[in-house]
Amino acid sequence: MTAQLPPGIQLEKVDDRIMTLNVGPQHPGSGHMRLIIKIDGDYIVSCDPDPGYVHRGEEKMAEYRNYIQNIPHLERPVIHDSSNILHPYCLAVEELLGIEVPERAKYIRVIASELNRCIYTLYWLAIYGIFLGHSTMFMWPAGDRELFIDLLEAMSGARVTHAYLVPGGVRNDLPANFEERCLRQVDYFEKRLKEYQAVFYKNPILISRTEGTGILSRTDAIRLGTTGSVLRASGVDFDIRKKEPYDVYENLDFETVVMKEGDSYARSYVPYLEMFESCRIIRDAIRKMPKSGSVRTKLKPNPKGGNEEVYKRVESGRGALGYYIVSNNRPEPYRVKISVGSFRNLICMPYLLKGELLGNMPSVYWSLNYWPVEADR
Amino acid sequence: MSSANDKDGEPSETSTGPSEGTRPLSKEEARKFYEEKGIDFSPDAPVKPRPIPQFEKSISDKIASKFGSKVTVDYVRANRMRISTKKEDILDVAHFIRDELGYDHAESVSGVDYPDSKEIEIVYHLGSYTDEKLAQQVLALATRVPREEIPNPGKDRSRMTSLREVFYSVEFHERECFEMFGVYFEGHPDNRRLLLPEDWADIPPFRKDFKIKGR
Repeated sequence: MTAQLPPGIQLEKVDDRIMTLNVGPQHPGSGHMRLIIKIDGDYIVSCDPDPGYVHRGEEKMAEYRNYIQNIPHLERPVIHDSSNILHPYCLAVEELLGIEVPERAKYIRVIASELNRCIYTLYWLAIYGIFLGHSTMFMWPAGDRELFIDLLEAMSGARVTHAYLVPGGVRNDLPANFEERCLRQVDYFEKRLKEYQAVFYKNPILISRTEGTGILSRTDAIRLGTTGSVLRASGVDFDIRKKEPYDVYENLDFETVVMKEGDSYARSYVPYLEMFESCRIIRDAIRKMPKSGSVRTKLKPNPKGGNEEVYKRVESGRGALGYYIVSNNRPEPYRVKISVGSFRNLICMPYLLKGELLGNMPSVYWSLNYWPVEADR
Repeated sequence: MSSANDKDGEPSETSTGPSEGTRPLSKEEARKFYEEKGIDFSPDAPVKPRPIPQFEKSISDKIASKFGSKVTVDYVRANRMRISTKKEDILDVAHFIRDELGYDHAESVSGVDYPDSKEIEIVYHLGSYTDEKLAQQVLALATRVPREEIPNPGKDRSRMTSLREVFYSVEFHERECFEMFGVYFEGHPDNRRLLLPEDWADIPPFRKDFKIKGR
């Protein structure tokens, strides 16, 4: 029988075996995006990611504002990691306008970026915990995150969207006694991180749910162009802080965390180990930082770039984050393209979820370190 | 009644100088204002020719000796090379870059709209994970496709060959480029919308002739 359908409406042919499941955009297991999943019993046959629910056209907006006005709105795609998303923008604009950054400002930027990386990773870890039904792992990182937020608030005056990094340096100097306070909290945090290991990473339930699921081989990680912790969990030693050091990372003492397994467990363990490295970087940067000096090179009002282009990238909490800026002798950029880690890792989803159990979907999905708002820009 | 309205409107017309009122300055007024203050409008960092380092020179020579006049190789700045080519040759150049030079993945695919020359430029930023020497290099592979005055995405002349068979990682980037600039990628298996809503009925939004409301 064929009922009369209103114009524009089509009936989908239903298979008696394969069922289509819309995961998201309001499902807590997907964030602001949708996964269209086809399942056969409990197994995923295919997965089609459908992002774009939080697309705000940041790149288009940037074409209408000058280089200084662009600072606050460009950090919006990922407010938990706002130093790291502004870092490549500042580097790119400095290169475009030929600005020298004071030495002290470079160290402060690195400290802010590493603090923000911890803040992001803790937030991500909290949600990973609640995805897997581990409420303690939601409470602990969400609480410890406040320590670093307090530090950044002392530095910049705002809790999350602080726009602290600006082309030419940082917005303001560190408050008095910041170094001691920061070191004290980093020491405390390292002790605390070790407790996470006992409660979460050695938990047999977590191990049984994540080990061996969603395996991404080294060859595929390279072929799919993944980045960040996803890439390093598959055995590729690639960190832009080491490979193409920016600001003062070449002077600082830290190591790249690499794991070989490439499964969900490794992908969730690499960011955790990187927080220890972040603590090392912060400690080292505070020791090597010049104790006084300028922190900001003032720009001319309405600065203009030449007729050229620049591509700068940094290592953010979710992988490489690059800005491609084309300038044409105007105070506004002609084109700004933000190349983000989340968007690059999105391609793994159809690949990894195929053939996986539906119950493993949340753990694989969130282990990809995917932030929907950043991917959509 | 009308005279009262005219009077209200008058002062803003006769007033001069940027200090009066909160009216935004016109371009000429702003220029005059800045000139009086001694701020010049020339570019802050004029483009200077930069000497090309040894390593980048070797890459540049390899490409130039293989393709000759088909490609233009520029040294943009440290660790950044740029290859411009015609859209007919881009597949061969991409194969050469992957197989001979060792670049193995795409970091981003950007479109840049040039309405004046009626072209849209597609820029692939390529990197390498496998070759240690190339780790800090980012190679920009650029080509230009014709730009239609009235776009009809997928059905007009704005099209080029997809690089997905060479660099698998461009899949989602090319889909984004298609919806945002209307450039169709031939040979791409999946040219659906990605970020835009299904019922988007306007022109591709990152083209220069798409204006943000209120601007």
